[in-house]
Amino acid sequence: LPAYGKKFKDQLKNTRNAGSIKNPSGVGYVSDPSRGVAMELYISVKDGVIEDAKFKTLGCAASIASSSIVADMVKGKSIEDALKISDKIVSEALGGLPLSQFYCASMGQELIKSAVDDYMDRQQR
Amino acid sequence: MNEKENELQNEEGAEGEQGPRVIYLDYAATTPVHPDVIMEMVPYFSENFANPSSLHSCGQQAKGAVEDARGKVANIIGAGCDEIVFTSGGTEADNLAIKGVAYANADKGNHIITTSVEHPAVREACKSLQSKGFEITFLPVDNYGMVDPQAVKKAITAKTILISVMHANNEVGTIQPIAEIGAIAREKGVYFHTDAVQCVGHIPINVEELGVSLLSMAAHKLYGPKGVGALYVKDGTKMLQMMNGGEQERNLRAGTENVPSIVGFGKAVDIAGEDLDAEAARLTVLRDAFIKSILEKIQHTRLNGHPTKRLPNSVNIGIDFVRGDSVALGLDVEGVAVSTGSACSSGNAGPSAVLLAMGLSKDDARSSVRFSLGRDSSQEIVNYVLELLPTVVARFRKMSPAYDRFLKEGGKGK
Repeated sequence: LPAYGKKFKDQLKNTRNAGSIKNPSGVGYVSDPSRGVAMELYISVKDGVIEDAKFKTLGCAASIASSSIVADMVKGKSIEDALKISDKIVSEALGGLPLSQFYCASMGQELIKSAVDDYMDRQQR
Repeated sequence: MNEKENELQNEEGAEGEQGPRVIYLDYAATTPVHPDVIMEMVPYFSENFANPSSLHSCGQQAKGAVEDARGKVANIIGAGCDEIVFTSGGTEADNLAIKGVAYANADKGNHIITTSVEHPAVREACKSLQSKGFEITFLPVDNYGMVDPQAVKKAITAKTILISVMHANNEVGTIQPIAEIGAIAREKGVYFHTDAVQCVGHIPINVEELGVSLLSMAAHKLYGPKGVGALYVKDGTKMLQMMNGGEQERNLRAGTENVPSIVGFGKAVDIAGEDLDAEAARLTVLRDAFIKSILEKIQHTRLNGHPTKRLPNSVNIGIDFVRGDSVALGLDVEGVAVSTGSACSSGNAGPSAVLLAMGLSKDDARSSVRFSLGRDSSQEIVNYVLELLPTVVARFRKMSPAYDRFLKEGGKGK
């Protein structure tokens, strides 16, 4: 197990946003079967702002920490700003993921996009 | 950056890795050095620092200490003193055994038989020989991780020069039928090596009874220092040295002896031998109660490895709908140190090759956690972990899409 810092451990211990949202505005799904990781992000959007976000993840500790902090970070952000959260930002927010686990941060970034895409789709329906 | 983030950062900088007391349940990865072992080693760093190959009396004193330790190591496995070759650890012992025998006997044949659950030191040594023209048979194992001695017998050809089967598996703890395989190897006149790194000092071992010609050991698995191990080489075994240089260690392992560590190894073996049976019996009771409680307290869990033919300290549990990695780190943030498979293959590696060889699905192999008990593991500590583990598992299951799906499908299929 790689050595992780305080911020990472905090996300793992206090997974504040674990769970789902009833009647979400959008849901994102990202998975990597080869690594055995599956992430879900539920967002609730009002006036273009993400009011609430919850996640569900099956995967290694880094993938859980990444999706957990992504849910934390998108909350209160406009759709536009949420999409600016890059994998690098996710990794840095966790105190820097080791290179071998960086894909978890990349999946976190994709997760936001997937949830926003779903939200946009629902808007057009 | 807001104040809270700032605070977190400062703490991170100042605190380092020293937190509150850690409950250590990863003794299969390594053990703490026994205080008496350290005391025994200390004089050999500066007072009796001489080179055992030196002619002067200081050198001869150091040589005496090395030979004394050799006797102790030989004694715990029922070997002769001159059959012990000190190495830098288990990995070097495995490499020396496999490559040393292979190259020295290449005129007789090029076939080596091993298993699909070996430690990387054996597996990779064999693969390296494979790339140099040797033929390697990797025997399958059953669902418990057990090798069938009859399969070993069937695999032997006129070209077979070596069989290498680990004594006990480092990940799941399954103990192999070494004596049965040893009898077959003897009958067929094939050299037989066993990696007993997880066993020496933990369960009784006698090289004569096992019928092995080579046996690997490592001091750090039995409360000795890291960086020292040994290979038992049965008298008359034809092999080549892998490290060229001086004539130390019967010309099988060149290099000035690591005197303090060898002395520590000897002391560690002595201490382990004092109450080996009693400690093994104590841990076996603790282990079985631990396994039973986990399986009772947490639904959808299973024991990996053989229920009875297993190391006294080894508990490997598959926990459905979560990943071993997240449970291990979830326990770590609560101050409990465990591992997923082996320390040597953790992190971002794929699912454990050992568990896959045992027939587990990739998903099940990824869901495994290894708890390994040791000297400081008391009933009290086990009870504490038994309280904590269900809450950690429940927390990760609650956020697991796989568990979601399972519940939505009516909780069937597992």
